[in-house]
Amino acid sequence: MMLQTREFNPEKIEQEKLYQTMGLSESEFEMIQQILGRLPNITETGIFSVMWSEHCSYKTSKPLLRKFPTKAPHVLQGPGEGAGIIDIGDNQAVVFKIESHNHPSAVEPYQGAATGVGGIIRDVFSMGARPIALMNSLRFGNLTSNRVKYLFSEVVSGIAGYGNCVGVPTVGGEVQFDESYEDNPLVNAMCIGLINHNDIQKGVAAGIGNTVIYVGAPTGRDGIHGATFASDDLAENVAKDRPAVQVGDPFMEKLLIEACLEVIKSDALVGMQDMGAAGLTSSASEMASKAGTGMEMNLDLVPQREPNMTAYELMLSESQERMLLVVQKGREQEIIDIFNRYGLHAVVVGRVIEDKVFRIIQHGEIQAEIPVDALAENAPVYHLPAIEAKYFQEFQKIGNKVPSVGNFGDMLKRLLQQPTIASKEWIFDQYDSMVQTNTILGPGSDAAVIRIKGTDKALAITTDCNSRYIYLDPETGGKIAGAEAARNIVCSGARPLALTDGLNFGNPTNPEVFWQMEKSVEGMSKACETLGTPVISGNVSLYNQSKGRAIFPTPIVGMVGLFESLEHITPSFFQEAGDVIYLIGETKPEFGGSELQNILEGTYQGKAPVIDLEVEAKRQTQLLDAIHKGLIVSAHDLSEGGLGVALAESLFADDALGAIIQIRGDETVALFSETQSRFLISVKKENKDAVEKVLTDAIPIGVITADGMLTIYNESSIVLSEKVAELRSLWKGAIPCLLK
Amino acid sequence: MRKVTVFITLKQGVLDPQGNQVQESLQSLGYNVVQDVRIGKYIELLVEDGPDLEVRIQEMCDKLLVNPVMEDYYYEVKEDVHS
Amino acid sequence: MKFAVIVFPGSNCDQDMYHAVKEVIGEEGDLVWYQDSNLENYDAILLPGGFSYGDYLRSGAIAANSKIMEQIKLHAAKGKPVLGVCNGFQILTEAGLLPGALLRNKGLSFMCHQEEIIVENNETLFTSGYQVGEVLRLPIAHGEGNYFCDQETLRELEKHNQIVFTYRTNPNGSTANIAGIINRAGNVLGMMPHPERAVETLLGSNDGLLLFQSIIRNWRESYDATNARI
Repeated sequence: MMLQTREFNPEKIEQEKLYQTMGLSESEFEMIQQILGRLPNITETGIFSVMWSEHCSYKTSKPLLRKFPTKAPHVLQGPGEGAGIIDIGDNQAVVFKIESHNHPSAVEPYQGAATGVGGIIRDVFSMGARPIALMNSLRFGNLTSNRVKYLFSEVVSGIAGYGNCVGVPTVGGEVQFDESYEDNPLVNAMCIGLINHNDIQKGVAAGIGNTVIYVGAPTGRDGIHGATFASDDLAENVAKDRPAVQVGDPFMEKLLIEACLEVIKSDALVGMQDMGAAGLTSSASEMASKAGTGMEMNLDLVPQREPNMTAYELMLSESQERMLLVVQKGREQEIIDIFNRYGLHAVVVGRVIEDKVFRIIQHGEIQAEIPVDALAENAPVYHLPAIEAKYFQEFQKIGNKVPSVGNFGDMLKRLLQQPTIASKEWIFDQYDSMVQTNTILGPGSDAAVIRIKGTDKALAITTDCNSRYIYLDPETGGKIAGAEAARNIVCSGARPLALTDGLNFGNPTNPEVFWQMEKSVEGMSKACETLGTPVISGNVSLYNQSKGRAIFPTPIVGMVGLFESLEHITPSFFQEAGDVIYLIGETKPEFGGSELQNILEGTYQGKAPVIDLEVEAKRQTQLLDAIHKGLIVSAHDLSEGGLGVALAESLFADDALGAIIQIRGDETVALFSETQSRFLISVKKENKDAVEKVLTDAIPIGVITADGMLTIYNESSIVLSEKVAELRSLWKGAIPCLLK
Repeated sequence: MRKVTVFITLKQGVLDPQGNQVQESLQSLGYNVVQDVRIGKYIELLVEDGPDLEVRIQEMCDKLLVNPVMEDYYYEVKEDVHS
Repeated sequence: MKFAVIVFPGSNCDQDMYHAVKEVIGEEGDLVWYQDSNLENYDAILLPGGFSYGDYLRSGAIAANSKIMEQIKLHAAKGKPVLGVCNGFQILTEAGLLPGALLRNKGLSFMCHQEEIIVENNETLFTSGYQVGEVLRLPIAHGEGNYFCDQETLRELEKHNQIVFTYRTNPNGSTANIAGIINRAGNVLGMMPHPERAVETLLGSNDGLLLFQSIIRNWRESYDATNARI
């Protein structure tokens, strides 16, 4: 369906309530009339509809986002710009953000995922930073239906196709599979950039009379109303009646990166922003709004891929690989020359004006004139009602009973083959994880580690979110999501710095969904405060539901940590026979939301595992201290599948190694409970005393052997004894086997 | 047996980065007469003949060979092929 | 010795190659944009990996038709070293400087991991520092690295000892496990594995270091020999 925009005059838009098909409510349409003092025409209605969509305005999530701690001495840029920025010393800073591309990926998984990667890279280099790493966080339905397998393999190809070509390594990520994502896959991509303080630039249209330049791909009728689309319930029939799919061109993006990073060095540049969701509209109006100026743009000058495009189409197009720049008047040619050298088209399309309006001209006529603040700053904000979900009280009544597991060895094997736990090599082998030659630890580690050339520093990066816990208990689950990300960073030996959040939920007008949002954000906020990791950027994706069923609440945490010295880098795998294995933290019978519950009951219910953030913080601080003292050989956090899975995973780097482990009490609890705030570490024998002094909650549980067997005893009886090579091959083969 | 040829093209309006780059390269080689390049796929099938041949071809296209979100197609049923 | 790392639009291992030569090995080198076509002052040319021109049409095809290739062919004809890695190898085959072609991987997917690479020929200016049969751990990262040539070409390659590197376990379907070949004259080497990604143990392997050092050592020896004659 392509709106035949010429046919709609303002009266018809009002009378036939056409604005509703664009996602505007009656009261919002009234607000628009008040702002303009007249009826909006079709182009203006379209502009408001995209700028006031959830994707651009955060109109329903804003009250929640305010709960996040966003400040700290090392935060150079918090939420509000293309991406957040963290100081890492020596005049260097790290720029990062996560963004979702869920709805486009459900429609066209390859291009949806690819353009998601492209968009987040642009967010980072538009700040002036060189993109140095990509991460992702994916959710799919169970790998049993052909549709899910198709979505999964195409999304992975799309991420690979774009990231590999553009030359930014995909260094890690996570993926989980659950029925709730069957029709609503989640594709969240995170980009990390490196910048010198003096190169930081912001998307501002400052300086009256300065020139607005358009760079990159010509505008086509791609993804018109994508931003509104991303803020709407996913219709059942996705293939039809959708705007033209956005196709990514990573080659053009690569040229844009290099050219823009060269342009950054020029003092003729005033501001730069990428054209993401809502394309020209959002980039132009946000740049003007931030600078307290206005902007006038002549659409006849905008490069166009197709003939006869209307103002409405040009303003709402989501064609990829486009940037908007503001440059000093009179110095346009310097900038245009740089782009031309890279074979990119750069053209003057408008200027910064004093009137704080956004004025669009086409064919000599004014097509739209809107106060800029009305679009960006003063978009409506809704305080939606939240009602505690009915299931929550039911779940709280369920006691923590210990499930019965027949053969522990067999159960460990089953757990290792669960897609959420199994090796993700099939996925990450398709990503170029090494280009730029900084990757010290790539995909498959608790956290990815990339060095910063010319320094003794490195960054640790992770994405995390166990949505099952959040579904069972949003506040506790939110705390766990924040804590688990920090746990992964700490295990690698880095100090957690800050995070970006990718909030994915169902329809917020459902009070139970909004309750999930509110509680999980509160939980995450508490974790951020206790662990000292502010939120510096993020993204909200709502309406992830179909046929009335919402996804599990999935607020993804993308966290970055800093190594002050490369010597602190710690592997998650056991390294040498003879080393002593410790478990940090006690284990309680906690199976709500666990992988074991998934296997035995085929569902998730009961209480989420308890988390005490003070205990978490203490253990993380102690572990980091021990690592920095050089006492730790390897460190791995316990997550899905508990101690049993963590032990096996720690052995998977080397088939020759094994372990003899002594557990106590109930075997099922000891091996498979998912109690939080636990770590598995290995240390040199001679460091035992020192380790126990620093890590007050560490209990020795065994020793690394050279026999390639994982053997677990309870007192004198063998609980399980399995060949590591066999466990590893099951773990490794599970996903390829499911995809066959 | 019938030989069936399927031609798959990008829908009008869908960006073709590859086509654009090939066009530019042809022009840089001096072929300025080239005004547009769109790259598609060409598939040859050898299919058992039958009364519902065309229905089956269309099904195959809709189900697998073509992505209706971004591609169009047409096909030609060629001569009998004796194996 | 002075290296030129050629940068095509879409090259993305250019900086890595430059870093290896300049920062790690400490030799002279420049990044040379494909439009700057004077290569006379360089002693060796490195064609880096990446996706020149987006890999559109066929990987390496468009770069192979760019103007700078004339300069590179001239350089090669003088017997100076040319090394093409990954996309650089693809460009060399498309340009006709090396025989054969690189097809899509057997498994159809892009793959990125470390492979075991066997040195088959150490009588080249690129590999003289290695032993024949030595196993190197080098990363691969490609979607189209499946080396293909007809039987006659393969016989020629074998006859003239032009197969320089093979995979211990064939990851991509390459004919005769070929990972890298050299031209008859012995100065143009193309290989899919990335030696420039394996020059620092911090990143997992430094087995690629000797390749660059071999080029430098051989250049120095011939340079000294030439100067001695004068």
